[in-house]
Amino acid sequence: MKAKNALLILFLVLPLGTAFAADVSPEEELVKFQSYFKEKFPEIPFQDFANGVYAVDPASREQWEALEEFPPYEIDIEEGKRLFETPFKNGKTYADCFENGGIGIAQNYPYFDAKRNEVVTLPLAINRCREENGEPPLKYKKGKLAKILAYMVYTSRGNTIDVKIPNEKALEAWKKGRQFYFSRRGQLNLACAHCHLENAGRRIRADILSPALGHPTHFPVYRSKWGELGTLHRRFAGCNKQVRAKPFKAQSEEYRNLEYFLTYMSNGLQINGPGVRK
Amino acid sequence: MRSKSIALPTLSALALVTALTVPTVSSAEEGASVIEEGKSIAFNRKKGNCLACHAIEGGTLPGNIGPPLVNMKERFPSKKKLKEQIWDATRTNPYTIMPPFGKHEILEPDELDKVVEFIYSL
Ligand code: HEC
Ligand code: HEC
Repeated sequence: MKAKNALLILFLVLPLGTAFAADVSPEEELVKFQSYFKEKFPEIPFQDFANGVYAVDPASREQWEALEEFPPYEIDIEEGKRLFETPFKNGKTYADCFENGGIGIAQNYPYFDAKRNEVVTLPLAINRCREENGEPPLKYKKGKLAKILAYMVYTSRGNTIDVKIPNEKALEAWKKGRQFYFSRRGQLNLACAHCHLENAGRRIRADILSPALGHPTHFPVYRSKWGELGTLHRRFAGCNKQVRAKPFKAQSEEYRNLEYFLTYMSNGLQINGPGVRK
Repeated sequence: MRSKSIALPTLSALALVTALTVPTVSSAEEGASVIEEGKSIAFNRKKGNCLACHAIEGGTLPGNIGPPLVNMKERFPSKKKLKEQIWDATRTNPYTIMPPFGKHEILEPDELDKVVEFIYSL
């Protein structure tokens, strides 16, 4: 109990004290972060963290497993495949923009682009591919882009997340994401870490809070609340609004750094998207 | 107030007692209605939403992030102390998840006072 509190305080204090934040090493943080959850939920097999709240809440798991038998995102994957394979006006396709023709690569995103000095997420890469081929960009939170993403992620199922931090600039981006995760925000004054780290597994009113570990494995997600697919950044914005903070734009630098941090912390888990949530 | 009236002549004292009794009854009612108002503010999702984190008697589907709010008079020596906790919980615990209802103006001052009355009655 005491050790856990000490660990938590380490997590929560460090980003606030800039003197320490400079010394944070991602490798050590990754071990601390993942062991925190392994100790908190000793009965959960590591790979099961990819299942979010359903890993920690056996009561709702059955319903969810039933849903997954005829998943509501199935037609989105098909539509995504069709969109993915439809040539641009210049005759090229998405496959021309990506390694391995875009198949089975989601586990390598987001990555740090050393030339541009920025985090590149898969949705951003999809739109850049369009623009390079003279096509207008798609909206980032839902719709066609989410469907293309669903297909690309689907072809990556079972592949292990392997996000790298190649240089100092990348480390800076990761630290910014980390800072975001632990910063209080909005009128309600809450950090992501308050809900998804410290209180994972507890109930906030009737909702059980999912652990931060595993958050990026299964996006885009079909949410019954949305009645459609949505991207990870749509969810970030939702959680920001929940605490009455002004959300950032999807694919803003803030959210890309946040995704970089969060996905790095889930290294070792397998991609299992698209997912379905309530 | 009342002990002063004892020194007054009997007749006027009687008159005063009746005069005092009336407001006493209505202020008890007022007290009860303030507690009721405090309760609805505390339970309202857009206001206190205290049930998000605390089990409170009379509330359904509470969260379990914070402790159940019971025996408040034993936990808090004064309403003032209780009010401080609700006004800005980070003062006692800098890492707390509990939102600063007063400091961040999540509740209006009079709403917060009513919530204090309600919570102190638990
Ligand atoms: C006040 C509590 C609270 C805060 C603060 C909060 N969230 Fe959430 N979040 C929730 C709840 C409740 C859900 C839905 C249940 C679940 O899966 O945890 C959720 C869901 C999510 C999901 C989807 C999980 C899944 O498996 O599909 C992600 C991702 C997420 N939050 C990220 C964040 C990030 C990033 C932040 C900070 C910017 C944040 N949350 C802040 C309460 C919160
Ligand atoms: C997001 C979670 C959350 C919400 C919402 C919340 N609290 Fe709390 N509250 C806590 C936690 C956690 C504690 C434990 C002490 C700490 O964290 O410092 C606490 C402690 C308390 C205490 C002290 C209890 C004791 O026995 O020491 C009181 C009183 C209290 N809360 C009242 C309220 C009231 C009234 C509201 C609504 C107006 C409210 N809380 C809303 C999380 C919350």
